[in-house]
Amino acid sequence: MSTAVLAPPPPARATIPRTFAAMMAREARVMRKNFLSTFIRVLVQPVMFVFVFAYVLPKLGGGATAGGPGGPTFSTILVPGLVGSSIIMQAMMAVIFPLMMELTWQKSITDRALAPVPVPLLAVQKIIAAATQGLIGGLLVFPAVLLIHAEGQAPKVHVDDWPILILVMVAGALMSAAGGLLLGTLLNPQKVQVMFAMVLLPMTMLGCVYYPWSALDHIRWLQILSLLNPLVYISEGLRSALTPAIPHMPAWAFLLAIVGGTILLTWAATRTFTKRVLT
Amino acid sequence: MTEPPGAAVRTVDLKKTYPASGPRPAVPAVQGIDLDVPRGEFFGLLGPNGAGKSTTIGMLTTLVVPTGGSAQVCGLDVVKDAVEIKRRIGVVSQNNSLDSDLTVAENLEFRGRYFGLGARDARRRAAELLELFGLTEQRGGSPFEISGGQAKRVMICRALMHGPEVLFLDEPTAGLDPQTRANLWEVLRGLQASGQTIVLTTHYMEEAEALCDRVAVVDHGRILASGTVDQLKSSAGADTVITVSYDAAAPQEIKRLGDRDGISKVEVNDGQVRVFATEPDGILGELVDLGSTAGVGVTDASQLRPSLETVFLSLTGREYRD
Repeated sequence: MSTAVLAPPPPARATIPRTFAAMMAREARVMRKNFLSTFIRVLVQPVMFVFVFAYVLPKLGGGATAGGPGGPTFSTILVPGLVGSSIIMQAMMAVIFPLMMELTWQKSITDRALAPVPVPLLAVQKIIAAATQGLIGGLLVFPAVLLIHAEGQAPKVHVDDWPILILVMVAGALMSAAGGLLLGTLLNPQKVQVMFAMVLLPMTMLGCVYYPWSALDHIRWLQILSLLNPLVYISEGLRSALTPAIPHMPAWAFLLAIVGGTILLTWAATRTFTKRVLT
Repeated sequence: MTEPPGAAVRTVDLKKTYPASGPRPAVPAVQGIDLDVPRGEFFGLLGPNGAGKSTTIGMLTTLVVPTGGSAQVCGLDVVKDAVEIKRRIGVVSQNNSLDSDLTVAENLEFRGRYFGLGARDARRRAAELLELFGLTEQRGGSPFEISGGQAKRVMICRALMHGPEVLFLDEPTAGLDPQTRANLWEVLRGLQASGQTIVLTTHYMEEAEALCDRVAVVDHGRILASGTVDQLKSSAGADTVITVSYDAAAPQEIKRLGDRDGISKVEVNDGQVRVFATEPDGILGELVDLGSTAGVGVTDASQLRPSLETVFLSLTGREYRD
């Protein structure tokens, strides 16, 4: 090592949009590196699920198929549900896991916090990056849930309303990422395992993934309680867009919940994140 | 780089109290600090662990919000102009805060891009810096597969990517072996020679002495003294310090030594005596003799030449502990 003279850096224009774009480029680089491991993890659960319920059980002649003769196949019910749960799971994990590392271990969040953008914008950047991963997760599940099934068990999918489909997927992913950021900044890292067991698992099991919300008419208390679960609105929104023949919530209801939830959770998560980073 | 007028760092009565949390009471980490660091200076904040140095650096680098007073970096307010300040400073934190999802080279590249460099310029600049700092071999490695000294150098490279007006280093050599520390000192001296303004915190006296143009001695969130190392050493009480511990209460006559020319201060604390002298010859022997005359033995004796250590001792009455 010598005391050789360091040349001045090339001219730079550090505007906030440029910095923001560079941070997104960093996310893209990391996602590309980890693509296989990340998305295999996302795919295993839905693939296993459709394999067992849309292929193995119908082959066995079991009674797990919904509706009986003439009714919708179980696979038709599952398409929107599994896409929705993949979006929410992937978006939340994509924000929570890195955040836990950054906030605790070596406090490496300072690396990004020293980039020349306001700290709340850093929170928004994390939400958008994680939502993108959630969307990719959701899109990757489509072929699996559409193609894996026994003969005669094909899901009946027809995109009735593209704008609703896109809006539900994009806003749903943003809402999930914002919720993830909120949880990640509120919880201490030792509780993350507990959170997965206590929050994410019940949320996916009871998120109207495996049945439409209207079918809960028979269990009224669960139907009402389910309204607290954000995944319900994503599942029902996708159901309305993809499988309109299945009974689903009215558009105003799920749009209000998803768009309102996105705004509310983004606002709250931005505040809690800023508090964690600036002391 | 344009050099706008004004000091690199200026603070007036800067304070930070961390609020109480649960059973822990509020912590007044910084209790009114005034700093004035001109451009081009190598400035050091020296103090023991917990003195408030890192909190001060945190406020100057916009990540800790002050609870009182004001601070300006490059003439900009740390609260109102945080984003603009971040564009103009480079920070090397105490921990390894490298991005663990990226390689060493990518850490530098993306840092450059966060600060507005184009992708190609950032890559070229990263390669230049890694070469200059002898890190080319590590470029493709993970930031956690390299040694502590290498990680520190990578962090310095990263902080230099955008040519910062002020470089902040928080305890840059803490936990490094002596050889690595000496290497890092060379790096920092080189930067200073090229005109880089540097603000560094350290709890190593010899580091402050070796590197800094000016030093502020900090303890309990306050500045005890500041100036060049020579000024500090020659300031009041910064004499040779002779410390003797007796196995019983110190003889009374010792206090009278304080009246003698060449002795500026005598402190007696039970069995321990500390003499601050400008003419130290013979005093140690005299203290031993006074003890044996009074029938008390000497258990420990030391004589410290003028150094930042004696400055700290004279300012706080406590021994400096790393």
